[in-house]
Amino acid sequence: MISDQGIQARFQVGWPGFTLDVELRLPGRGVTALFGHSGSGKTTLLRCLAGLERRNVGSLKFKGEVWQDDARGIYRPTHRRPLGYVFQEASLFPHLSVRRNLDYGRKRVNGGHKVSLDHAVELLGIGHLLDRMPERLSGGERQRVAIARALATSPELLLMDEPLAALDLKRKSEILPYLERLHDELEIPVCYVSHVPDEVARLADYVVLLSEGRVVAAGGLRETMARLDLPTAFTEDAGVVIEAVVADHDETYRLTRLDFPGGGVVVARRPESLGHRLRFRVHARDVSLALARAKGTSIVNLLPVTVVEVADADTPAHVLVRLDAGGTPLIARITRYSLDHLGVTLGKSMWAQIKAVALLG
Amino acid sequence: MLSDANVAAVWLTLKLATITTVILLIVGTPLAWWLARTPSKWKGVVGAVVALPLVLPPTVLGFYLLITLGPHGPIGQLTQFLGWGVLPFTFAGLVVASVFYSMPFVVQPLQQAFEAVGARPLEVAATLRASPWDAFFTVVLPLAKPGFITAAILGFAHTVGEFGVVLMIGGNIPERTRVVSVQIYDHVEALEYAEAHVLAGGMLLFSFLVLLALYSRKRTSAWK
Repeated sequence: MISDQGIQARFQVGWPGFTLDVELRLPGRGVTALFGHSGSGKTTLLRCLAGLERRNVGSLKFKGEVWQDDARGIYRPTHRRPLGYVFQEASLFPHLSVRRNLDYGRKRVNGGHKVSLDHAVELLGIGHLLDRMPERLSGGERQRVAIARALATSPELLLMDEPLAALDLKRKSEILPYLERLHDELEIPVCYVSHVPDEVARLADYVVLLSEGRVVAAGGLRETMARLDLPTAFTEDAGVVIEAVVADHDETYRLTRLDFPGGGVVVARRPESLGHRLRFRVHARDVSLALARAKGTSIVNLLPVTVVEVADADTPAHVLVRLDAGGTPLIARITRYSLDHLGVTLGKSMWAQIKAVALLG
Repeated sequence: MLSDANVAAVWLTLKLATITTVILLIVGTPLAWWLARTPSKWKGVVGAVVALPLVLPPTVLGFYLLITLGPHGPIGQLTQFLGWGVLPFTFAGLVVASVFYSMPFVVQPLQQAFEAVGARPLEVAATLRASPWDAFFTVVLPLAKPGFITAAILGFAHTVGEFGVVLMIGGNIPERTRVVSVQIYDHVEALEYAEAHVLAGGMLLFSFLVLLALYSRKRTSAWK
């Protein structure tokens, strides 16, 4: 998955009270989420990739090109790296109209424009805003313009620092579909900083978990999110991400069946047509375990599973149980009491009862 | 209404203030930029030196300039070596003295403007392929424009209003170093109150109008 076509990075930077010390290999396409709590160093890591954190010592190789190698005295300044950067807060130049903001980076790029301005404008839906000044835009519109401005430089790497963090829920849901389109249409790697699990689950293919300036886990989204050996900071919100296909609609009960390798779940009727791909998240706290297929329960989603792993949870009273549902991982958060009384052991066949699934998108 | 001598003094004053302001904007911009952005421990020292004319009596500044620029001072030796003669009691000497004297009035508004702009617009510009120079001219200068206007107005007005330093370094030579403030002093010494009134009233009006322009400029930014 990760070859010389990807990103290899090693950074060390610190100041009183904080140290970032990471070594990373990231894939050369798809969305990589840099995920962690505030203060975990994810923004600093993104700034190191962009060349904005000059104090760092290390090396950075992007698709075979050396962008930084302090051992050899190589440091390519930010303005000579073919990247796009979307800052957390609105970063439009207030003295320039939307159109001139978009042109600012574009006209400084030599050579071919792989992403045309029209395409960026269309992708972000900002055609009607071109002649406005930034102060006349809503927060969501500003962020869309900022993303389009970054794309208009035809970057080979797109870096996004919590582009939704400064927005309210309504604005967030306004931008998320555009980000998903970026994910589907862009051929370039995207590094996306976030501390919101649902955002990561919805957008990312690859995830790097950061804690206190160190990488605690990195890998494909589904494998990494299903790991149990992560610090408690991550397991209190443990869960898995499942990619499924819309398989059937039941008009009588207004339900939709979503199929994934090894099983399926039933959810409230979705607007998507048959065959559409959807991601959903199953929180560990919404999964319980039973020895046999329960009868007389209101829970609709029951899956036969095998116990794969048991690990400590965020409280001493609970454990996390990793399950295999015919190829798809699930995590259940149950009490230690239940673990002992049900005799949950590795390899045991059980039934998982899923109380709720969180559809993403 | 204005005598020839008064016209000459007004003209000389405007010339001095214009040249001083232009030099100060050129010299003050990099200095203010450095003060606004440097993490250096020398920032405090340099900032204090720049601000000295705010608190020193003009006679002190003028005295040291006279010594330094004079025939036996280090700068004086240099200017003589270069064949420029000595600066005291010349128009060039007045310009040098005014540059020092009005420095804080230009550097401080610029420094505040640069600090208000902050580092972020430069970072944004860098991610959009603008080199540091490019970003300075296309982003920082437009964003700091209100600071430049304030700096230019204050530098000009303060130079027009100087008196003590001019007397110390320039003396009172008609058409060369006799600026309006000195001319008023001469008129009063000679009991020519009518002549003094014309110039003093003019200075009062000019100063009021400059400050009125400065304080009634809208707080909204210049690009709106």
